[in-house]
Amino acid sequence: MTTSSTTSSRWRGLTRHHLFWPVAVLVLLLLVNVPFTPDFFSVRMADGHLYGSLVSIVLFGSPLILVAVGMTLVIATGGIDLSVGAVVAITGALTCSYISDQADQGALSGVLLAMGLGLLAAVVCGLWNGFLVARMGIQPIIATLIIMVAGRGVAQLITDGQIITVNSEPYKLIGGGYWLTLPFSIFVVAVVVAVTVVLTRRTALGLLVESVGGNAEASRLVGIRSRRIKIMVYVFCALCAGIAGLMISSNTSAADGNNAGLWIELDAILAVVIGGTSLLGGRFSVGGTVVGALVIQTLTTTIYTIGVPTQTNLVFKAAVVIVVCLLQSPKFRAKVFGAAFGARFGAKGGAKPAAAAADTAAATEAAPKMEVS
Amino acid sequence: MSATTQTPTTPDTRTPSRAARLLGDRRLPVMATALLFLLMYVGALGRYQYYGFAEPQVFLNLFIDNGYLLVAAVGVTFVILSGGIDLSVGSMIGFTTMFTAWLVERQGLPIVVVIPMALAVGAFGGFLMGYVIHNFEIQPFIVTLAGLFLFRGLCLVISKESISIGDSTVSTMAQAQVSLGMGFLSIGAVVALVVLAVAFYVLHYTRFGRRVYAIGGNEQSAMLMGLPQGGTKIAVYTVSGFCSALAGLLFTLYIQSGDPLHATGMELDAIAAVVIGGTLLTGGSGYVLGTLFGVLVLGLIKSVIQFEGTLSSWWTKIATGVLLCAFILIQRFMTTRKKT
Repeated sequence: MTTSSTTSSRWRGLTRHHLFWPVAVLVLLLLVNVPFTPDFFSVRMADGHLYGSLVSIVLFGSPLILVAVGMTLVIATGGIDLSVGAVVAITGALTCSYISDQADQGALSGVLLAMGLGLLAAVVCGLWNGFLVARMGIQPIIATLIIMVAGRGVAQLITDGQIITVNSEPYKLIGGGYWLTLPFSIFVVAVVVAVTVVLTRRTALGLLVESVGGNAEASRLVGIRSRRIKIMVYVFCALCAGIAGLMISSNTSAADGNNAGLWIELDAILAVVIGGTSLLGGRFSVGGTVVGALVIQTLTTTIYTIGVPTQTNLVFKAAVVIVVCLLQSPKFRAKVFGAAFGARFGAKGGAKPAAAAADTAAATEAAPKMEVS
Repeated sequence: MSATTQTPTTPDTRTPSRAARLLGDRRLPVMATALLFLLMYVGALGRYQYYGFAEPQVFLNLFIDNGYLLVAAVGVTFVILSGGIDLSVGSMIGFTTMFTAWLVERQGLPIVVVIPMALAVGAFGGFLMGYVIHNFEIQPFIVTLAGLFLFRGLCLVISKESISIGDSTVSTMAQAQVSLGMGFLSIGAVVALVVLAVAFYVLHYTRFGRRVYAIGGNEQSAMLMGLPQGGTKIAVYTVSGFCSALAGLLFTLYIQSGDPLHATGMELDAIAAVVIGGTLLTGGSGYVLGTLFGVLVLGLIKSVIQFEGTLSSWWTKIATGVLLCAFILIQRFMTTRKKT
């Protein structure tokens, strides 16, 4: 490190930044589109609304961003929430069935009440998850599996197995409406993300969440109410999923208990991982998650624009997941790119001399059995 | 833990009472599931006895209709016992139905040739996932999630539409009945029972089986004992991939078509069956026989809903979720009691 010039150390500092790789992937994906659609970055005005590929990426990606932001906090506490897809379905089903029962579907008060009901159901799901994880001490992946399995059944029970369609102007706004020339859902997402960032980074809350994820027992011993924090993040995650459920059902003006939010939990976990949040918990990056969710949405858009047959969509996605995860695995980098490279990008913080880091990487590679101790 | 306190050389004044010993028994969840199955069966028998529920064939149909799920759940049992998880089961089943239907119908290959090919592909897929999980230390959840996407995607690459199988050998195999005196079983059900028996033998009477339990119980201790941890892990995922492919073949026989959307979400059914069967999701504790009862309970819920007629299909999901919840809580209480 002593021999390296200032420019390379600045470059190294940049590449070490936790947002560097997610943003690089996003920019790369966006640039891939340009040769296929030259006006990809142009945003035009029509009927007082802004249109363009970039706007639609954010618009279609907004439910995913919401769910992924909630998921980030859950993962930061070392948990995982598989039930978000089911919560999306329940919220949409409850809200739409309430609105469709109204005499006047356009009445604002009725719509607000319906949305309140839907979000309340989401919060109840979150409380249940939090109760199982924090109070009963059940593994998060199992605890949330219950609602993942039963939740879709409940959603279908609410809608009676039908797809309920609604025709309500105020309700249409949240997922498909426009405000100040931009899709309204963008504002909802912006507010949720801003509130999350302020709450977690301008107060001690983010630190508490990370400490619970690092070691729940130790946090409890130093006086952090780790159980309460855990319940809180599950409620928050379910609430985010609820809002996403409102958006999805509002966008299509229909509630489909079977298919609404199908596999969104997997996409959300993927977004969190791409954003650089470790699934082991203990640290998180809301900004990274937003970028990760945008990467996934851009990937979908890119697949359409470059004319990859839609049926290979999932294979493509699987390939990206594998590549991203392999690149994030320090062991893979050490094996493929050599120990020095792996250590350079694997080591956290610049305090460690590069040579020493390379040595430790080489040592772990040579004797993997030593890692146990 | 309780075994050491009960050795005759060190008489313990605090010998656990009979009830406490019973609660600490590892076989309790399996027995609870078996009891639940019996109660449900007797209950259904009382309710529907005039509708032909008492026929032995109704019981045998549980195996015929859920043979593929049993095979898939047995594979998942291996993975969960080793402390991992496999989300790719459903897609692998869907992919196998597609692969088989495509080779038989579109390429004209005889089914006898296609079966080993499909099994090899499934085992290889599982091996690849296990390899990545072990060698690059990526969480099984993420790797098998990528597997889920990959195999579902490969289904769609083969064909977007479903392919029905009209091959005469396949339909003969599908309709073959193994008579049991009071009823019959399909070939799929027989295969499933054989797989169960083999899995029981492997898990309880071979070195490989002990390794799976050891790694699931405590990976670090297993490694310090010098057990080949990597090989076992990879083998476990290979077994799961193989079982999924076999389940896919049975599903193909059962439904006689390949469809890119077959078996969507079946990994959840399989995991639920394993958990209801009393296997701890943290690994290291559980029995493959429990998985059998888990599958039977899920199958019984489905047949009860069929017999009821007025109940809709979503009650299956809700009932599965409620049962899942109950068993997770039972397991939780049991493990806390053991610790104290």
